Amino acid sequence: MQNLGIRILFEGNNFLRLFGGLLVSLRIAVISMVLSVVLGILLGMVMTSKKRPVKFFTRFYLETVRIMPQLVLLFLVYFGAAKHLNVNFSGQMAAVIVFTFWGTAEMGDLVRSALESIPVHQYQSGFGLGMTELQVYRYIVIPQTIRRLLPSVMNLLTRMIKTTSLVVLIGVIEVVKVGKQIIDASRYTVPDAALWIYGVIFILYFVICYPFSRAAALLDKKLKD
Amino acid sequence: MDFEFIRAYTPLYAEAAGLTLRISFLGILLSAAIGLLCSLVKIFKIPVLRSIVNGYIEVSRNTPLLIQLFFLYFGLPKIGVVLSSESCAVTGLAFLGGSYMAEAFRTGIEQVPVIQSESGLSLGLTKWQVFRYIILPQAVTTSVPVFCANIIFLIKETSVFSAVALADLMFVAKDLIGIYYKTDEALLMLVAAYLIILLPISLLCSWIERRVRYAEFGN
Repeated sequence: MQNLGIRILFEGNNFLRLFGGLLVSLRIAVISMVLSVVLGILLGMVMTSKKRPVKFFTRFYLETVRIMPQLVLLFLVYFGAAKHLNVNFSGQMAAVIVFTFWGTAEMGDLVRSALESIPVHQYQSGFGLGMTELQVYRYIVIPQTIRRLLPSVMNLLTRMIKTTSLVVLIGVIEVVKVGKQIIDASRYTVPDAALWIYGVIFILYFVICYPFSRAAALLDKKLKD
Repeated sequence: MDFEFIRAYTPLYAEAAGLTLRISFLGILLSAAIGLLCSLVKIFKIPVLRSIVNGYIEVSRNTPLLIQLFFLYFGLPKIGVVLSSESCAVTGLAFLGGSYMAEAFRTGIEQVPVIQSESGLSLGLTKWQVFRYIILPQAVTTSVPVFCANIIFLIKETSVFSAVALADLMFVAKDLIGIYYKTDEALLMLVAAYLIILLPISLLCSWIERRVRYAEFGN
């Protein structure tokens, strides 16, 4: 046991570095999440429109996002944009663009189905009671929509956080990349560093995502009763 | 756009697509098997095993596939478990997919109200008949859409396998960009390859979904 690999974590500032890397991943996730939620709500409202071109267009957007792997989208933006638009996105910028593009579509669809699940008679009753349109939304529609949305939005958030792990493949220096650097630097002193470092990253992701999915499950249960 | 280049490298992409499909097929098959087992354990509330299954589902759902793969591919050899790229990919996909499939099957079966199987039993049907004629048809209608969505999700997830040195579509595309700087052509073929694989599956899935909906109440 003279060479227990876990000490790699406490050597120098390795743990802090990993943590710093994690913050980069989380920053990408948080920025894209905020943008996706805001844009997704708007998109969801647009998607309830009955106009055919609007329906076709939003449907097309949603299906494109659903079919293309996120990594392919990352490649498209990261490599494609650099060549064509002559803008050289940093990896992080490309990641935020792609995650927002993807998250907005998913969020939009969630908002749309939540809005559509509210029966028409609820609006009508509201108007029948003499409420203004604003009041109907404020007191009847929005509270119910939010209740229905929360669990699935939480799930979407965990998926986004998980997906940030992909950005290492377009060269962003985040937690996985930092992990690799540590492993490479100690190849000879700690041969089993990979096991420990990747193990720790594994646990870190779990620790971040688990509360979200737990909350989603609890909310889902609570709203069903 | 360099069509000569596209023509020249189409076989390479075809080969990579074949590999992606093979890995996906194996992984999805294993996921379905794992998922079925796990959902049965959860439904019959088998002690001990149930906690293990729950733990597995949480871990698998709350960690990224990429990290699972890195752990399998770079971590495990340090304790003597050496997996090839392919077996690592299949294992990773099955590990990830198993939990998603388990949830799909479980919610399908659980959404059938208990009262229905009780009514069946009181009508004199055997347990098997209740399962065959009452629960299964209804469970399938709920499970199939989720199952299909999982299949597409898992095939999409295979795109990270290039990170463990599997010569899949992403790997080929990245290689071509790196070597020849034919970014457009490489990316175009990449998108086309995924469309060719996923579009038919997606269409097939929505067709199946429409078909099974007839088994639902009120249709």
